[in-house]
Amino acid sequence: MAGVYSCPLFVYLAMPLEGIYLFGLLAGALALLAASGVGSLLAGRWSERWAVGIGAGGAGLACGAGLAAAVGALLRRVDLTVARPWRMPYGEFRLGLDPLSAFFLIPLFLLSGLAALYAIGYFRSWKGRNPGRFWLFYNGLVASMALVVAARNGVLFLAAWEIMTMASFFLVIFDEADSRSAHAGWIYLVATHLGTALLIGLFVLLGRAAGSQDFGTYAAPAGMAGGLFLLGLAGFGTKAGLYPLHVWLPEAHPAAPSPVSAVMSGVMIKTGIYGIVRLLAILGTVPGWCAWLVLGIGAASGILGVLFALAQHDLKRLLAYHSVENIGIIALGIGLGMLGMTLGLPGLAALGFAGGLLHVLNHAIFKGLLFLGAGAVTHATGTRNIDLLGGALKRMPWTGATFLIGSVAICGLPPLNGFVSEFLIFVGAIEGIIGGDAAVLGGAVVLVSLALVGGLAAACFTKAFGIVFLGEPRSGMAAMASEVGLSMRLPMLALAGLCGVFGLLMARGVRWMEPVVGLLAGGMSPAEAAPGAVRALVPIALFGLLAALVLAVAALAGIRRRLLAGHAGRETVTWDCGYAAPTASMQYTATGFAQPLTQAARGILRPQIESKLPSGVYPAASAYRSETPDMASQLFFDPLFRRAAWRMGQLRWLQQGRVHWYVFYIVLVLVLLLGWALWA
Amino acid sequence: MQSGTGSLLIFLILTDLLLLGSSRLRNAIRIAAAQGVALGLLPWLAHGHLTGSALLLGAGSAALKGVVFPALLNRALREIHVRREIEPLIGYIPSLLIGTGVLAAAFAFGARLPLPWESPSPLLVPAGLFTLWTGLFLIMARGKAITQVLGYIVMENGIFALGMAVVEAMPLLVELGVLLDVFVAVFVMGILVFHINREFDHIDADQLDALKEGAP
Repeated sequence: MAGVYSCPLFVYLAMPLEGIYLFGLLAGALALLAASGVGSLLAGRWSERWAVGIGAGGAGLACGAGLAAAVGALLRRVDLTVARPWRMPYGEFRLGLDPLSAFFLIPLFLLSGLAALYAIGYFRSWKGRNPGRFWLFYNGLVASMALVVAARNGVLFLAAWEIMTMASFFLVIFDEADSRSAHAGWIYLVATHLGTALLIGLFVLLGRAAGSQDFGTYAAPAGMAGGLFLLGLAGFGTKAGLYPLHVWLPEAHPAAPSPVSAVMSGVMIKTGIYGIVRLLAILGTVPGWCAWLVLGIGAASGILGVLFALAQHDLKRLLAYHSVENIGIIALGIGLGMLGMTLGLPGLAALGFAGGLLHVLNHAIFKGLLFLGAGAVTHATGTRNIDLLGGALKRMPWTGATFLIGSVAICGLPPLNGFVSEFLIFVGAIEGIIGGDAAVLGGAVVLVSLALVGGLAAACFTKAFGIVFLGEPRSGMAAMASEVGLSMRLPMLALAGLCGVFGLLMARGVRWMEPVVGLLAGGMSPAEAAPGAVRALVPIALFGLLAALVLAVAALAGIRRRLLAGHAGRETVTWDCGYAAPTASMQYTATGFAQPLTQAARGILRPQIESKLPSGVYPAASAYRSETPDMASQLFFDPLFRRAAWRMGQLRWLQQGRVHWYVFYIVLVLVLLLGWALWA
Repeated sequence: MQSGTGSLLIFLILTDLLLLGSSRLRNAIRIAAAQGVALGLLPWLAHGHLTGSALLLGAGSAALKGVVFPALLNRALREIHVRREIEPLIGYIPSLLIGTGVLAAAFAFGARLPLPWESPSPLLVPAGLFTLWTGLFLIMARGKAITQVLGYIVMENGIFALGMAVVEAMPLLVELGVLLDVFVAVFVMGILVFHINREFDHIDADQLDALKEGAP
């Protein structure tokens, strides 16, 4: 029970509860979410105010209760399962709460609750539409995500998975005025259902070997663990957004309303990671090549994700590619852990798993914050195009400051939370290199790709923050921006605070991860694996914080004194550069800022550039436009689906449009099946 | 009772063939009604004793198929002024030829179909299958929506006859469910017939493909 002293108040309240009461609290939260979603829809017919009150109130209360239950369960190391019968073949309402589930429930309820508060302000301007429709799907999404994490029965899991998919689909296309939303929604729906198809195969195979769909009885048939893991990796990886199955992410995240983007990117894609980790726990041991595969995919997701993020002009699309990058970092950690397990290096395993899983929590917080910040900017200016923004820091100081904190956190800089998890993975990689043998290569892969990703991410967020928030507005819309309301500001402030708190707390609280990591790494904990490194986390984080504070204050004071020496102060535009009549278009554009890097990586990015460059002594009008379509969808998925559509078109003659023929097809198939059953 | 069951089943097969070859709709409705009434006797004849459920089942089925459905269909006929199927998709002579082939197949299938209980008559399963397939064939081969409704009813007759083979295993509830299904089918098709008539001035279901996606 170490570390209790640094918990928030509600955890104290939950502490004396036995595991079963915590479980009841969780079940109550699920029921409240479902009831408030439906209630909000019904109330919305009469009163928008009541619909928002019921929907958001229910979500907030339920998320608070669920968070208390999850934190309590993690600290008390609760591990219990409750089952109720369900009239579904092979189905059973078997719910479980163990450290792994509790750990994933924490970011889930935390971010969902805050995003619900944010959504109140976000949708305030949408007059005349039933807000109950949003809350039905939103609360349904939160409840189904929690159910996915708590399910201990294959059929129940798939049912919850499907509800989650459908709820998020309806949220993506919620902005029905935007036809691109509908297109993005379809891409998402197709991608995620292809993934679900693989998962159904996985669960059928697992259940067939065990004779039941109870997770506790699952066991991999001999020699099939690798194949099953591959099925799960592809199925869950589609939801998680692992390269090259990430294609729906850069479409769906920008299309969805911002609180939904935050929840989808922050926690929903993590259910894919949860699935992979749970599958690992079920399978026990997997062949060594699986670890290398996860490492390779992680490196590809991380590097390609951040490279494509650099080339984006749409703020939310940029963030979506960063989700791919961060999922890659998580996969690097998990791959390192798996490598440690297969090579018999529990220390490596503990550090890898701890870093990867901790990054799940941290990414939820800073990416949630960034999406909410991007949503606030979009809300205030009406555009997501980075090249039309600028100067937002002066007009939206709260949003700007919190966005800056999120940007620093996502780059993995101390003392914020992103640093802690990436540091653990770095230590794991070094541990691997010291460990010798095959682990050297794994460690080197992780070390190099993580360092590259970190550097590029810093460049990318310098661009995003610099172009959006600094300088002068590049368009009238950006100039008219004003700070968003309290209900949108509060969640951003809370998340920004949590970036700092978790940065410091988690350095100390890595040991809270012990039961979670122990589940995967054979009982080994990160503190045992690399005691020096874990102990060093606290001073590094603290020192980083102090250094950052001192440096910042000193630098600001110094600059201010020097600038103001002997002058009377006068406020003016940020960017003047010695011109007599500067205009906003003289500033760096996002495209221009990232151009050296995107130019260097043009072999991978393959940008489509239309340019009319200035020439001669007195250049005439010139133009430059670049667009970077996704490599995977352009080179692989688009041709694949075009070909599939063409092939299916060949079967058009079957579609006669006559009832008679359709009945004939049905009868034919049934009679053939009956004959086959009788004679075969 | 064995001979009674046998003759009833032969009656079933013959009426099926008659349905395949009849062009007059009023006639076809009458034949289907006769089939329904005859089938109402089947539980009693096949099992030799009259339980409460068998009585209820038989009487209910006979009343529905012998009185209610024909009345509904005849009313529909009166309202839309059609007497006969003029252009069947498959002609009457080919229909009868196909029917004999289907009958042979029904016997072949019936001989191999394993039953959990002993069948009251060796003819029961082939006759049931044949009636079922005849109904489906009518749905496929006739253009008028009203003949298709008839096809559904005949198909249900077949299911009812097959159900007799396992009536001890098949609870009353299932049978009632089957009746309900066909009732809904008639209801829906009735609406369909009414609508086709009103919107397009004809009840030819084979012209519904004007709505087909990408029709040439």
